[in-house]
Amino acid sequence: MARTVVGILELTLNGGRRVDAVADNLLLLDYLREVVGLTGTKTGCDGGECGACTVLVDDRARLSCLTFAAAVNGRRVDTVESLGTDGRLSAVQRGFHEKLGSQCGYCTPGFIMASAGLLRRNRHPSEDDIRAALGSNICRCTGYVKIIEAVKYAAKLNAAGVAP
Amino acid sequence: MNEIIRAHNIADYVPMVDGPDKVSGRAKYTADFIASGQLAGRIYRSPYSHAEILDVDTSAALRLPGVKAVVTGADCDKTFGVLPIARSEHPLARNKVRYRGEPIAAVAAIDDAVAKKAIGLIRLKARELPAYYTSKDAMAEGASNIHAHKPNNVEREVLFELGSVEQGLRDADLVREGRYNCAEVCQNQMEMHAAVAEYDAVRERMTVYASTQVPYYVHLMLAQTLDMDMSRIRVIKPHVGGGFGCRTECLNVELIAALLARRAGGSVRMVVNREETFITHRGRPQTNIRLKLGMRKDGRITAVECECDQRGGAHSGYGIVTILYSGSMLYAIYDLHNVKYVGKRVFTNTPPCGAFRGHGTVDIRFAFESLMDEMAHELALDPLAARRANYLAAPTVTDNDLMVNSYGLPECVDWVERKSGWRVRKGKLARGKGLGFACSHYISGASRPVNWTGEPHATVKIKLDFDGSIVVLSGAADIGQGSSTILVQIVAEVLGLDLSRIRIITGDSELVPKDNGSYSSRVTFMVGNAAIDAARNLKRVLVAAAARRLDANPEEIECRGELYRAGVQDKGLTFNEVVAEALKDTGTITVTGNYSTIPESHGGKKYRGAAIGSTMGFSYSAQVVEVSVDEDTGVVNIDRVWVAHDCGKALNRLTVEGQVQGSVWMGMGQAMSEETAYTEGLLITGNMLDYRVPTIQDSPPIEVGIIESNDPHGPFGAKEAGEGSLAAFLPALTNAVADAIDVRFNDLPVTPDRVFAALEKCRRAVGKRNGAKDNTPDGTKETGAHDVPDD
Repeated sequence: MARTVVGILELTLNGGRRVDAVADNLLLLDYLREVVGLTGTKTGCDGGECGACTVLVDDRARLSCLTFAAAVNGRRVDTVESLGTDGRLSAVQRGFHEKLGSQCGYCTPGFIMASAGLLRRNRHPSEDDIRAALGSNICRCTGYVKIIEAVKYAAKLNAAGVAP
Repeated sequence: MNEIIRAHNIADYVPMVDGPDKVSGRAKYTADFIASGQLAGRIYRSPYSHAEILDVDTSAALRLPGVKAVVTGADCDKTFGVLPIARSEHPLARNKVRYRGEPIAAVAAIDDAVAKKAIGLIRLKARELPAYYTSKDAMAEGASNIHAHKPNNVEREVLFELGSVEQGLRDADLVREGRYNCAEVCQNQMEMHAAVAEYDAVRERMTVYASTQVPYYVHLMLAQTLDMDMSRIRVIKPHVGGGFGCRTECLNVELIAALLARRAGGSVRMVVNREETFITHRGRPQTNIRLKLGMRKDGRITAVECECDQRGGAHSGYGIVTILYSGSMLYAIYDLHNVKYVGKRVFTNTPPCGAFRGHGTVDIRFAFESLMDEMAHELALDPLAARRANYLAAPTVTDNDLMVNSYGLPECVDWVERKSGWRVRKGKLARGKGLGFACSHYISGASRPVNWTGEPHATVKIKLDFDGSIVVLSGAADIGQGSSTILVQIVAEVLGLDLSRIRIITGDSELVPKDNGSYSSRVTFMVGNAAIDAARNLKRVLVAAAARRLDANPEEIECRGELYRAGVQDKGLTFNEVVAEALKDTGTITVTGNYSTIPESHGGKKYRGAAIGSTMGFSYSAQVVEVSVDEDTGVVNIDRVWVAHDCGKALNRLTVEGQVQGSVWMGMGQAMSEETAYTEGLLITGNMLDYRVPTIQDSPPIEVGIIESNDPHGPFGAKEAGEGSLAAFLPALTNAVADAIDVRFNDLPVTPDRVFAALEKCRRAVGKRNGAKDNTPDGTKETGAHDVPDD
């Protein structure tokens, strides 16, 4: 068996500093779920097919299943658990809840993080912008119609001052 | 008296009660139950499609440090399966493997890396047997039996003729026959299959967390395969990431995890990957259909002759039910007589099929609505007129004894006609653009469950305690369709209370009453009716308590939810005061509500299996699909969909819309791009790139019209909303493509390469005829592109 090299990972995770010793072949997805215990981020495929594991790295949507934990050393990583303020839902979370952008909920954290990433860089996305930003996330329940409505609604809430 | 002032709990747009958990990442799915000391489970799968197992050597795997348990077929001689008459499957194969990927052995180890390594150390000795990958090959003369007791590999042949097809064809003005071929498709729900099994060796108890639609069936099969008393087993269904039918029966994953946990004397977490989830399968079978219809000039159907075979895969699953549904559900949408059906369910060396959304009805509906469209065209009839000539008049009973109690199809057809601008736009769009129309229907739960015990069809309990909180206890499995939300809404509605007073607990066999599960769109109808009964029983207790306290007769009590009073002059009692009074007699109150289907709804006996298809309420759907076909590339773009669904009464408009849109979209995947493909039994589409699921970029706006026919038996008049709109998309699409480019596709999916090949063939034919201006009705029109050459 190939020898595993262990290194020190320092990052800002959901707004807090964190230091862990991690194997160099540990995926960010497995780090989040199994080392840190943040199971909101989901595994939906065998690598890079579905988008369920999407997190934000320095505000940009990244697939945590195709990212080594070691590669986010010194970076800022946000998962679905980071959203919302004082226990209240964020604009994107409210959109997905109130407009039924989420049915079974399994793809939802990935969609929500990709949408949050979109709104952080584009406060007034068009429908085409939304489709482009969510083009690599698969949902099997909604047919996407209400997901688009959810993100449009979130953009409105965001414009009214609710954090994305 | 006892009038309820509506709290607007039903019929509104109500977000799901568990939505905040899902959008915050707090909702736990089976794979999220990660604990220290837990073992990782992995499965060793067959590399052969069909082989006799000579030896499974697990000694090296067992010796590997960190391996805590290894199990093989030798550890379990019990079979499992959802139909009591067809339990042919072992959790781990014994003697024979029948499909590539069938589980043979499994390992539990201290972590996944060790488990994976141990799997690599297992040695299989096997003698390969001839394998069959199509129904035709499996049924060919001389083919060997995949299951010893099923000669010619025909698991079940269904045959009925009701009326006289011969007479019906004589009465027709036009008789046409079509052949249709629908590819196999898979649910491909977002959550991969997972189970966590915890064995308490001291007390000999087993707890299993399962990603299932049917915790009760899992419970039964765990008891059977583990040979344990049912009372020693607990099944927990956490949040489930979709199902669409692949989890309507116990899967091998749950059983193998439990076998490992018992052997290891501990806790095993088994999460299979996406490819294994595809291989576990239970999707919609590849289906060949030959359909002949007789039609009068006015569109009236005079005869139906339908033959179909389904490639069922290596084990039974729901197969017998699927092939029966395909026949019985020819009925109950149109007024049909003179119908003949021959259906064959065939064993093949491919992964087992199951009960995919729209179970048994989808491919047959595709054929039926395609041929109706084609014949209407030939008779110069509007396709809508052809449907209108065949409407049922509810209430009625079909020739195969299905009760139709409410029928909103005419209103569905009218709605899509109006919304799509059908009358002014049909036939007037630019070349390459087209409009297509079709209808479909589905059951609201089977009247008689597959596992008939004589108990009520559904049971709900409600607990009310000192704090005034109402807790609904239900076994109904919310798998994302929102059944928990509907039950909370129903209880709130009956009691006139705000939703916030009601909590719901589901999915734990130690806490909630048994439920058959979430399949055949049964929960809103069956469990919803039981919830109404339970809530009414609770209300009776509260009204009696209020009457006692107010020194009035119970009939005089006015229940206004938070206020109970005897007459308008009375200042009345608050809800909490009524609760306190009610508790004086009995302490904590629990009430039960039941629902049983009426015997007249249980179907007939005119042929073997005729009860399949019987239901208390059929939903109806009509759809118009608008397409643009790029004739240079063969790419079909769906511009828009209008769908009207008769769900009896929308208890929650938001979730009804979501279900209908999801159904239409899933039909779109099957129609346009999805196909599980195999090479010599090896799955070659075991991921979401090769199994082509439509993305948000490919998906159209879907406008939903809710039609309310107010079913006499449904809860507040409701029927199903989650399946019936799937089937109509497929023929509406091919009808739209035929409208756009005058080529009819009878093979699914309608992929760009198939469209391109068909267009090329037309262009060549036109070229050969030298000077012909177009390829319209003069004989070059394709009737079935299944014979398009590969070049």
